[in-house]
Amino acid sequence: MAAEKAEMDALKKECDGLRAQIEAARKAVNDTTMTAAANGVAPLGRVQLKLRKSLKGHLAKIYAMHWSEDSRQMVSASQDGKLLVWDTFTGNKLVAVPLKSAWVMSVAFAPSANLVASGGLDNICTVYNIKAASPKTLRELDAHTGYLSCCRFLSDSEILTASGDTTCVLWDLETGKQKMVYTNHIGDCMSLALSPDMNMFISGACDSLAKLWDLREGTCKQTFSGHTSDINAISFFPSGNAIVTGSDDCSCKMYDLRSDQEVTDYTDATLNAGVTSLALSNSGRLIFAGYDDFNCHIWDSLKGEKVGVLSGHDNRVSCTGVPADGMGVCTGSWDSFLKLWN
Amino acid sequence: MLPWFKHSCLKVEMSSKTLSTGSIAQARRTVQQLRREARIKRIKVSKASSDLMRYCGEHAKNDPLLMGIPTSENPFKDKKPCTVL
Repeated sequence: MAAEKAEMDALKKECDGLRAQIEAARKAVNDTTMTAAANGVAPLGRVQLKLRKSLKGHLAKIYAMHWSEDSRQMVSASQDGKLLVWDTFTGNKLVAVPLKSAWVMSVAFAPSANLVASGGLDNICTVYNIKAASPKTLRELDAHTGYLSCCRFLSDSEILTASGDTTCVLWDLETGKQKMVYTNHIGDCMSLALSPDMNMFISGACDSLAKLWDLREGTCKQTFSGHTSDINAISFFPSGNAIVTGSDDCSCKMYDLRSDQEVTDYTDATLNAGVTSLALSNSGRLIFAGYDDFNCHIWDSLKGEKVGVLSGHDNRVSCTGVPADGMGVCTGSWDSFLKLWN
Repeated sequence: MLPWFKHSCLKVEMSSKTLSTGSIAQARRTVQQLRREARIKRIKVSKASSDLMRYCGEHAKNDPLLMGIPTSENPFKDKKPCTVL
């Protein structure tokens, strides 16, 4: 008993020491902030994007959307129990996938565009073949013990999921089995994003932390703190060297991976709504962040200033996405509409 | 207004202030994880910032949302016929 307590005390002391060491190492390289460094960068002026299309078709709140890599098709998920695949150039619906469970929270398009995946309060990630004559369930990935908050395909044979059970999982779609389980968060995982080189991914959780993972080794490489509430949205900066997070604490933050710390905080005294979703423009200069205040606000990622707003939804903006060719932004809302802007 | 389903899963309290009793294995894992995170090499924020700024600068011309999109090339713009009154 005494030996156990002694070991526990020693471990606790080592934890405290390591945490202090990490903070000191971060402080040692903290010679400026991004905002200060970007002082000489020309300001953007007002970014005014126009509403180009309002996609009408869902009958209930939209919870998620994801662009196909062709930058033309897009899939959306609504708690009306359907996934809709859209041709965004014409506004036509191409495919409707009826869901077994209407409580959907996430949707993903495979890079090949052959498959889509979705999941939610059923704790299952279901993969559908949408190239078949009518959508066919390919796999039901059933091992999470909590809701499915996010899913992303690496290819037609691998998919990553994030769950309310605090883990992320890499699945083999040929066998339907878990290839890797990523455990380290102590709160519901809400969002994930793959690195441009596909060797890493990042996750944001209700423990207010963002974590960087080595996809193949299964280890957590870095942990980023600073938010004071749940992180709902996360994305890589296009160079792969930084990440952007959005939180219920009403702020977005940029963390640089190589400095291992927060470099910019995107907050505004007039913005008192939680961030639900975010996406970056192709150069990384613009951050489109969806908020509970029914708007998608646009931030200058370098100067930390609000430079525009996409207004038009009649309810919370729940999802935001920029296609691979960077030609526009799509916002999805609890008002059941998807809107395309550029 | 938080979606009601959040925080529905059990949270394990692992802060350094209150390490849960009886979980030496867990404490050992935490130490292992912190050691991993502590040993990485960090670069100065000034260098990180200038690299990010340079990336934005180099890719600005390929960012349609920054540069603007000519109407004729806009894939999302509705092509409505115009009526001359």
